Amino acid sequence: MAPRTFLALAGAGFRRWSTYRQATIAAAFTNTVFGFLRTYVLLAAAAGAGGVAAGYDGPMLVAFVWLGQGLIGVVMLFGDSDLASRVRTGEVTADLLRPVDPLWSYLAADLGRAAHAMLTRFGLPVLTGAIVFDMFAPRHAGSYPLFAASVLAAVVVSFSFRYLTNLSAFWLLDHRGVANAWLLGSTLLSGLVFPIRFLPDWAQLTLWLATPFPAMAQAPLDVFVEYGGVSGQLLAIGNQLMWAAAGLALCRLAQRRALRRLVIQGG
Amino acid sequence: MVEGLQGRLGAYGRLTIAQVRSQAQYRVSFVMDVVASAAFALLDILSVLVLFLVTPSLGGFAPAEVLLVAGLAMVGFSTADLVTGNVERLRHYVRTGLLDAVLIRPLGVLPQLLAIDFAPRRLGRVAQSLLLLVIALSVVDVSWTPQRVLTAVLAPVVGTVFFGSLFVAGATVAFWWIESGEVANAFTYGGRDFTVYPVTIYAGWFRGLFAYGLGFAFVAYYPALVLLDRPDPLGAPEFVRWLGPVVAAVAAGLAWLAWRAGVRHYRSTGS
Repeated sequence: MAPRTFLALAGAGFRRWSTYRQATIAAAFTNTVFGFLRTYVLLAAAAGAGGVAAGYDGPMLVAFVWLGQGLIGVVMLFGDSDLASRVRTGEVTADLLRPVDPLWSYLAADLGRAAHAMLTRFGLPVLTGAIVFDMFAPRHAGSYPLFAASVLAAVVVSFSFRYLTNLSAFWLLDHRGVANAWLLGSTLLSGLVFPIRFLPDWAQLTLWLATPFPAMAQAPLDVFVEYGGVSGQLLAIGNQLMWAAAGLALCRLAQRRALRRLVIQGG
Repeated sequence: MVEGLQGRLGAYGRLTIAQVRSQAQYRVSFVMDVVASAAFALLDILSVLVLFLVTPSLGGFAPAEVLLVAGLAMVGFSTADLVTGNVERLRHYVRTGLLDAVLIRPLGVLPQLLAIDFAPRRLGRVAQSLLLLVIALSVVDVSWTPQRVLTAVLAPVVGTVFFGSLFVAGATVAFWWIESGEVANAFTYGGRDFTVYPVTIYAGWFRGLFAYGLGFAFVAYYPALVLLDRPDPLGAPEFVRWLGPVVAAVAAGLAWLAWRAGVRHYRSTGS
């Protein structure tokens, strides 16, 4: 796909989401309320542990929670069902008639959406957390561009696996079950609810290597709080790149098979 | 009169059964839905337990005591979610104008909405949270008195009524603000998350608002104190721990008023 087309589609994604102003505010508000809840829970855990829990001190946990709440909308951790409902209604044929691969056009639109969310959904919770609590700020200037790269990678990982769950509609038609199963991992095993470093080593390792979930939240959050220094940051981003590549490759494979068995519903 | 009531209940029953059957049509998805829902309940508990991998206590409460608070909260929430959780789809009905179809039928609006979106998968969640409560009760070793038996029986009912009222009240926001999206979730799911932990872990105005202003402390925290025979670390007087039923009744009344006002305010979406 030509870069110009990609950018135009991303711009359209950005503009589409900028029209949902009220929904954006509503969602940012909800993320903020949950930010307070999660902060008190994790701070209580750190207090019980003597101030530091699994290598995170209070300010680090505060940053972890509030940036995590901000990233929900950016990474779209809760999933989406646009493509699946287009498959069910048969509207997906319109996507297939266009001279661009739907995988790339959906990715472009999703990056545009994420850029919009970064400017809106990310800001309110993070600002609230920084004002109300004592929040960690990176000690090295290099952590900011690394965080930006990590968020971008998280969006691509999340996009590719959301696309995959949506593609399941080609076989199942009703993809709600798959979407719910996805939600389970993307919320509880991604680091959103608690840092997965709270878990025993073997469980952490399994999650990083066998599931894409930590690559969507734990990784960018660890990059921001400089967990494990520069080498820790690079390791986290490396894991994300691996999952992004794997995710997109799986999407291509699944899409090719899905189109072979495409049946247009409705009339 | 009795015949009319029977007929109406029969109609709600048939609507519910139709919904269950339609969901079971997509078999793979339905099975995954049930499994995911059960796994959710399990992981809800694990997300509490996981904290005890890094700390021996939370807000001055031992693991088993926190589990009791969590069990009481989750039984109330999951039962309310089963019965009234799908009312959150109201905003979809208001947006598309489908609510008109519901309004013209000679049945109650709220019971119809609850019946046509009934989600049987949520039954698994209720069963699991009940199991958690029973386990927690046996682990903390309650010295049973009539008062404590009453508390153990009443608290889940109070929780169900309280969270059910929240679901209904939260959904009514859609009558005035269609794009409200997830705002209600902050108080339903957010309230559940708040209630799962001892109130002592929260601080400042946030604790004041959620625990006492909105009443979440009366769902699980105070009943748990009764069962554990512990004084309130926050120093509230003794009678406060018995206020649960009053709080639930007030919540139900307010939700009913909000719902009635909402239905009267509804003017369809045109086109």
